[in-house]
Amino acid sequence: MNANTPTLEVRNLKTHFHTKAGVVKAVDDVSFTVGRGEVLGLVGESGSGKTVTGFSVMGLVDPPGRIVDGSILFNGSDLAKLPDSQWRHIRGSKIAMIFQDPMMTLNPVLRIDTQMVEAIRAHDKNVNREEAHRRCVESLGQVGIPSPEERLKAYPHQFSGGMRQRVAIAIALLNKPDLIIADEPTTALDVTIQAQILYEAQKLARETGTALIWITHDLTVVAGLADRICVMYAGRIVEEGKVEEVLDQPMHPYTRGLIGSVPSRNKRGTALYQIPGMTPSLIRLPKGCAFRDRCQRAQEECAAEAPAISYPAPGRAIRCIYPYVGDSR
Amino acid sequence: MTVFLIRRFSQSLAVLLVMSLLVFVGVYAIGDPVELLVSAEADQFERARVIADLGLDKPLWEQYGYFLLQSFKGDLGTSFVFNQPALLLILERMPATLEIAFAAVILSIVIGIPLGMIAGLRPHAWYSRTIMSVSILGFSLPTFWVGLMMIMVFAVILGWLPASGRGDTVDLFGVPVSFLTWDGLTHLLLPAVNLALFKVSLVIRLTRAGMRENMLMDYVKFAYAKGLSHARVIFVHVLKNILVPVVTVVGLELGNVIAFAVVTESIFAWPGMGKLLIDSIYRLDRPIVVAYLLITVVMFIVINFIVDVLYSVLDPRVRLESKS
Amino acid sequence: MTPPLDIATVAIVDEPLPPPQTPFRRFVSDFMESPLAVASLIVFSITVLIAVFAPWLSPQNPYDLMQLDIMNGKVPPGTEDIEGVMVFWLGTDDQGRDLLSGIFYGLRISLFVGVASAFISLLIGGAAGLFSAYMGGRWDVFLMRIVDLQLSFPAILIALILLAVLGQGIDKVIIALVVTQWAYYARTVRGSALVERGKEYIEAAHCLALGTRRIIFYHLLPNCLPPLIVIVTMRVAYAVMLEATLSFLGIGLPITEPSLGLLIANGFEYMLSGYYWISFFPGVALLITIVSINLVGDHLRDILNPRLQR
Repeated sequence: MNANTPTLEVRNLKTHFHTKAGVVKAVDDVSFTVGRGEVLGLVGESGSGKTVTGFSVMGLVDPPGRIVDGSILFNGSDLAKLPDSQWRHIRGSKIAMIFQDPMMTLNPVLRIDTQMVEAIRAHDKNVNREEAHRRCVESLGQVGIPSPEERLKAYPHQFSGGMRQRVAIAIALLNKPDLIIADEPTTALDVTIQAQILYEAQKLARETGTALIWITHDLTVVAGLADRICVMYAGRIVEEGKVEEVLDQPMHPYTRGLIGSVPSRNKRGTALYQIPGMTPSLIRLPKGCAFRDRCQRAQEECAAEAPAISYPAPGRAIRCIYPYVGDSR
Repeated sequence: MTVFLIRRFSQSLAVLLVMSLLVFVGVYAIGDPVELLVSAEADQFERARVIADLGLDKPLWEQYGYFLLQSFKGDLGTSFVFNQPALLLILERMPATLEIAFAAVILSIVIGIPLGMIAGLRPHAWYSRTIMSVSILGFSLPTFWVGLMMIMVFAVILGWLPASGRGDTVDLFGVPVSFLTWDGLTHLLLPAVNLALFKVSLVIRLTRAGMRENMLMDYVKFAYAKGLSHARVIFVHVLKNILVPVVTVVGLELGNVIAFAVVTESIFAWPGMGKLLIDSIYRLDRPIVVAYLLITVVMFIVINFIVDVLYSVLDPRVRLESKS
Repeated sequence: MTPPLDIATVAIVDEPLPPPQTPFRRFVSDFMESPLAVASLIVFSITVLIAVFAPWLSPQNPYDLMQLDIMNGKVPPGTEDIEGVMVFWLGTDDQGRDLLSGIFYGLRISLFVGVASAFISLLIGGAAGLFSAYMGGRWDVFLMRIVDLQLSFPAILIALILLAVLGQGIDKVIIALVVTQWAYYARTVRGSALVERGKEYIEAAHCLALGTRRIIFYHLLPNCLPPLIVIVTMRVAYAVMLEATLSFLGIGLPITEPSLGLLIANGFEYMLSGYYWISFFPGVALLITIVSINLVGDHLRDILNPRLQR
């Protein structure tokens, strides 16, 4: 591994669910990279496959789902080829994850210290009690929990939602991971707490060089936080690029639609823009572009074949035959 | 915690009062107390003496007060057959009943929880389906018939285990117990398994349901995301969550087990209070029946009380609610 | 959000809709999905038929003393009777009574007691539950306290004590079973009635100024049916088992009404001498009856449970 190796490089990842009703291609040919200290925003509606992408990188896809193809290069080595027993040693130590609902992620009947110490000792049996305790206190302090010494002895229900999410983040930070995957971690929180957590996440990435994948459906969250952004639709990444480029000059019609439906970007008094139609079923995806039924620019060719990736500019990728080019909005 | 204890305790007392009233109404107001409490063989003189003794010529509320007072003092009447205080007779036999009841509860936990966990982890595997089918059988099998078949197979045909009685006992804190001698243990095995059968199925089903529910929870996924091993996630995280409801139910079922011991004790001639009850019903020894009823009511209330307290100790969420 | 949920929400969208089905049709096709449950239903139907037509199906009338011959006593299964007229397929008891006939007649009594007690409990408990749910307030609290109190005591204990006071008899056993069971029905009916009561169509019915009775019987009750069906099947099985247990203990039915439990008890004393069949076969009949009802009930619970989305 040299300094130029990205922390994570996902290539042509396919995670499919084999259900009775058919094969659900939850993640279909997804590629992206995240470098050291970089924040990647993974944006899409629910059902677009962004969460499954996150779980795939963790190796935590539940049956009947599994990774059928592609590679997950983490610091240069392919996780997808690892047996689960070795993947386990990377989970929680090199790659950590934060979940959406802080009320559900902590075990209600175990004390905070139990849940933190076990995360340390799962990866290093040699850490003694005092050392583990010291690291827990340090980690809780890092995420801004007051009097961490006392709070360690508490049970999850004694914390508010925001505090619980901080505890979850503290657990993620315990082993100083190279990559953190955050799956809508602020969606269930108050706006003010959301802002604090976003600020701290960004600071963390900048200061420690930890790479961050921030999964969200909320473009406004990504706008202030991410360096780069991937927009997912029906299991595929339809547009990728630097955050300011994608938000200022969206090229894919779906990205345009998403940006158009953010309230603050609309003039007051006019009706909010809405993308017509709804997310398609992933079981029987039509041939061709999955978005074409909802797309204003769709032509006959869109139905023929799924659009291939094109690279209109350096660091910019897009899956569309008729993208918006050149016209800034 | 103290507030919780006091509140819970006063509830128990209220239930006890209500139940005593019900028993009183059952015995004194609906039934004919003279017929219930006076032996059929008693002559005129004897009858008159008992009526005066029990104050049956006084108004009902006064009788109830007297009944309460006597019960409180531990005087629950005298057995016609043994001519001894009913309370004493029942208390003498209580350890035997408690012994098979506890043995059955322990068996059902030791067998039921692992099987339920297996069935919950891989609900569609053939062995899980087998476990679940057998558990339906478990609560469909009439306990008494299974007991008979067990006697036939293990005592009559194979001759491995004794069919009746308690075997050798030794005193543990002044109470005779069977499980500390080899002979006693062989006597204990069949009745305990027989009594446990129903509860094993219950524990399997509870554990499996809890397992399936909990395995889908985010906290399990988060635990895996921390890099914990399967063993740690299942045996620490999930098991501890399942134990709370299972222990509660099993605890509450202890009373049920004691009641069902009536059947098992009759089949295996186990000298417990259940067998005494059946024998007394045959012999029309009513004071014992009434005393048995009162004692089990008290036992039930005590068990429910203990389980509630245990529950609050096990589940931190309940513990806190009572504090605030 | 967990991945399976993602899939579920996505997969539901624009699936081609199945052809419209009546709730009953769907219920039937759901039920047919489990071969085990269908087989159990068939077995149970056969036991019911046997019970109903026992006098015509039995090789002999086991309680007509004229037909019994003590010389045939305790013969093993498959033996011919001494006059060579009939074969005792399942052997005979100590009186020379054909066990197969005894079982047919016993099934009749056991099932009658089970179904009758379940039906009466359903009427009483259902009425109490509906009343409780509909009235709410103090009545509700009061009734439910009684239910809770009663359910905290095991059924067998209550039945034992009642029979100890009442004495033996088929009517008394039914009374005892009803007393121990009504509370289950009351709680179930109240629970589902409360859920239904809060729904909008009941409010709509109120707005239309429909009568209380009409609302209860035409609107509330039908919607309480699914959980009620499940609990009735399970409770019938339990009632059959409880009656057998009480009769086995000798405090349930009298000798003149020989249910399966009594047959088993009758064979108990001979079992230790090796005459296993006298207790064994009635027990198997009891077991088949209870298991088939429970398997049907178990499957019904699965398909009628709204929480398990199907």
